[in-house]
Amino acid sequence: MIENIKFGLLSPQMIKKMSAAEITKTEIYDADGFPVEGGLMDPKLGVIDPGLRCRTCGERMGNCPGHFGHIELVKPVVHILYTKTIYNILRVVCHDCGRVISKKPLVGKSKRTCPYCGAEVKTVKFEKPYIYKLDGKTLNPQELREILEKIPDEDLSKLGIKGGRPEWLVLTVLPVPPVTMRPSITLETGERSEDDLTHKLVDIVRINKLLNENILSGAPDFIIDDLWELLQYHVATYFDNEVSGLPQARHRSGRPLKTLAQRLKTKEGRFRHNLTGKRVNFSARTVISPDPMISINEVGVPLMVAKELTIPVMIREENLDEMRKLVLNADRWPGANYVIRPDGKRKKITRENAEEIAKELSPGYIVERHLQNGDIVLFNRQPSLHRMSIMAHRVRVTPWRTFTLNLCVCPPYNADFDGDEMNLHVPQTIEAQAEAEILMEVQHHIRSPRFGGPIIGCEQDHISGCFLLTKKDTFLERSKAFQILCEIGMRPGIDFTLPKKNKISGKDVFSMLIPKNINTEFKAKACRGCEKCRKEKCPYDAYVVVKNGKLVCGVIDSKAIGREKGKLLSLVEKFCGTEEAHKFLDRVSQLGIRYLDHRGFTCGLDDYDIPEENLQDIRKYIEKTKQRVNKLIEKYYANEIEILPGRTAKESLEAHILAELKGVLSYAEKLVLENLPKSDSLVMSQSGARGSLVNLIQISTCVGQETLLGERIHRGYRKRVLSHFNWNELSPEAHGFVKSSYKSGLNVYEFFFDVMNGREGLMDKSLRTKHSGYMERRLMNALQDLKVEYDFTVRDGRKVIVQFVPGEDGIDPAKSDWGEIDVENILLNTI
Amino acid sequence: MAGFNILKHRLVPEHVILSEEEKKKLLEKYNIDEKQLPKILVRDPVVKAIGAKPGDVIKIIRKNELVGEVVYYRLVVKE
Ligand SMILES: [Mg+2]
Ligand SMILES: [Zn+2]
Ligand SMILES: [Zn+2]
Ligand SMILES: [Zn+2]
Repeated sequence: MIENIKFGLLSPQMIKKMSAAEITKTEIYDADGFPVEGGLMDPKLGVIDPGLRCRTCGERMGNCPGHFGHIELVKPVVHILYTKTIYNILRVVCHDCGRVISKKPLVGKSKRTCPYCGAEVKTVKFEKPYIYKLDGKTLNPQELREILEKIPDEDLSKLGIKGGRPEWLVLTVLPVPPVTMRPSITLETGERSEDDLTHKLVDIVRINKLLNENILSGAPDFIIDDLWELLQYHVATYFDNEVSGLPQARHRSGRPLKTLAQRLKTKEGRFRHNLTGKRVNFSARTVISPDPMISINEVGVPLMVAKELTIPVMIREENLDEMRKLVLNADRWPGANYVIRPDGKRKKITRENAEEIAKELSPGYIVERHLQNGDIVLFNRQPSLHRMSIMAHRVRVTPWRTFTLNLCVCPPYNADFDGDEMNLHVPQTIEAQAEAEILMEVQHHIRSPRFGGPIIGCEQDHISGCFLLTKKDTFLERSKAFQILCEIGMRPGIDFTLPKKNKISGKDVFSMLIPKNINTEFKAKACRGCEKCRKEKCPYDAYVVVKNGKLVCGVIDSKAIGREKGKLLSLVEKFCGTEEAHKFLDRVSQLGIRYLDHRGFTCGLDDYDIPEENLQDIRKYIEKTKQRVNKLIEKYYANEIEILPGRTAKESLEAHILAELKGVLSYAEKLVLENLPKSDSLVMSQSGARGSLVNLIQISTCVGQETLLGERIHRGYRKRVLSHFNWNELSPEAHGFVKSSYKSGLNVYEFFFDVMNGREGLMDKSLRTKHSGYMERRLMNALQDLKVEYDFTVRDGRKVIVQFVPGEDGIDPAKSDWGEIDVENILLNTI
Repeated sequence: MAGFNILKHRLVPEHVILSEEEKKKLLEKYNIDEKQLPKILVRDPVVKAIGAKPGDVIKIIRKNELVGEVVYYRLVVKE
């Protein structure tokens, strides 16, 4: 058993002690293809051939852990990963006697002398990648090592060195890793291909040998220095092949070699790829598609997947018959794939042996049965940025080939259906299943801990539908109301009782879904922010009042049931609990869709037809604005422009012009609100289902000013943006004002401006996501061990207090109302 | 700027030095030793202004929009 792990440096003696063989030969294999003794594939270093036994420990492949060898370096070289450490040591020790002479590193040229030996202290300079200079004279690794050797043991603690000697930072012996961590591969052609590390080690052995021969034959100094430098280079790149200032060591094909540091580093390295992230069993992945009719906590699982994923069930007297049936079904869903006998033997169930196994079945056996309806599974979409990225769902087996999910749960996963794929995991033990059910099921995550509102809520058609249904003048035939309510799974007399009338108002139909104990008042999206709110008598029906679960007045829109804003949804979750909210959300979203089915819902180009006289108005207004802008430009040339604080005349002009041109949109806004035909496009925008007023204006009336980095568009050719304009022209159209609407079509230069703006948005978005992804990673790593303790203090892993009250206000955002405490509604609903 | 008192600045919350008795009570309340408290440097301007010494615990009373007042404690430490 491993009791502790110590990280540190190996001493040369230690390296030699643990070595099984000294490596001196550059050849790896002899003429017959057998590994050479003393070569880099020396059989003493471990076995990688099945069938052979290890020369060192006598074990076969798989049991032999591999054994280190070593290379005696003829001349010492600097350990490239410790160059900074060596530099820091060098700066604080005396280079003559080795004593530590300064607490702080010496700065600049100081003519200090060593208090121990009186020698003048020399200045140290470090040049990347591994050159050290004392008073301008380059130290070779030999001299460097001699200085480090002089440091007395009792000074080491001052340098922060515990267990080990500083001179070990300059290598004299290099450990050779066992062959098991750098196996050679035999290609189909019979050719052997060696690991990158082996290649690198061959280089080191070769140069080492060459250097030795040259020294022995008394070669001139410059040749020896060159070879020494080369040895240093090879040892450095053996550790890290991405050192700045060094050319990368390359394979014959030109590919940079993957040496030690490259094996560990980055996303593809050993840590993040192999250790932190692993592949798992009992999981499935496929494309997702929508199904509005399944519950928010369900997931449609393809039959093919359901027959492959299994759950182990221990047989008891009580479930024996049931399991027997599954075994008899074998691979016909719902069946089972394997049985595990009490002795641990696994047996595959086939149609042929099913009957036999079924007979044998008795308590104590384990059956691995197919996934069935109602089983709990974990559903996930990457990137898993928050806890709602993995939620527990109930299985619904479908005959299709995709996972299906309810549209309301798209936002927490950030999923759409343009080809997105998602993962599914099956918890195997009942403990895991229970935990998933209690902590992770979708309905427990309706309220987001990020902003304290529902992150799972109604979307698009759900909102359009409820909006149209609950408008003041919507009445349904009694039979139709009855039908719709039944269609969404409500049982007459149990879940709803319609008022005794022939015409049922949409508000009454909607009221059937609201839990009886809900009371609230809030402003709908249609609220125009009148100076004095007339509440129940709001002329736009924009003041929602719910009394004892009955919608008294007001229209239901995104402010009531929508994602992030839905007050009513939030309230149901808070006062009726997650299960009730789950039911409410299922029913409301389906009600919206069902009502649209009955009513019909379409949008088209003529939704954006504005009467010709109103278009004339806007054109006239644009003309007038242009004249005002021209006046501004004239003023600017006459040096009469009103200068804004902190701006130059030119900047002031730009600000004035921008303000004028923005006025066009606010004029258009009024125009569109009053004159756009009542259409389903307008319904979508008004209810907050999809699309904003600006979208409507830009399609129907006028696109307006295009901006780049918040300013008019200035970049392009010299003195003008496009060649359609004059040099230095300042007019609105020359700098991105688009007076056409999308429907009428843009002219050439307007189109170009629009695309410029579009491209900026695109770049912005893609750059931001990359950035925020990295920030998220860093935040998670920094905060992951903070925890709220039982005494309500926030503490880190060392139990050091970080906050005395969680979040400084003690409010759990996941249980708050948009980060605050909604006292008004609490009073309304509890008293 | 002579006579400028940072303690009177509206962005500087109230800082109080705990008595030995209060400090003992605090450490008992959270069942910690003083190393587990958040820290503040002696050269921090506020610490200088109220004349706290290393080893003192400072009670910081912050204003909070939602809950009124929040207290926080910091141990004065040398560099
Ligand atoms: Mg997508
Ligand atoms: Zn072995
Ligand atoms: Zn000295
Ligand atoms: Zn209003």
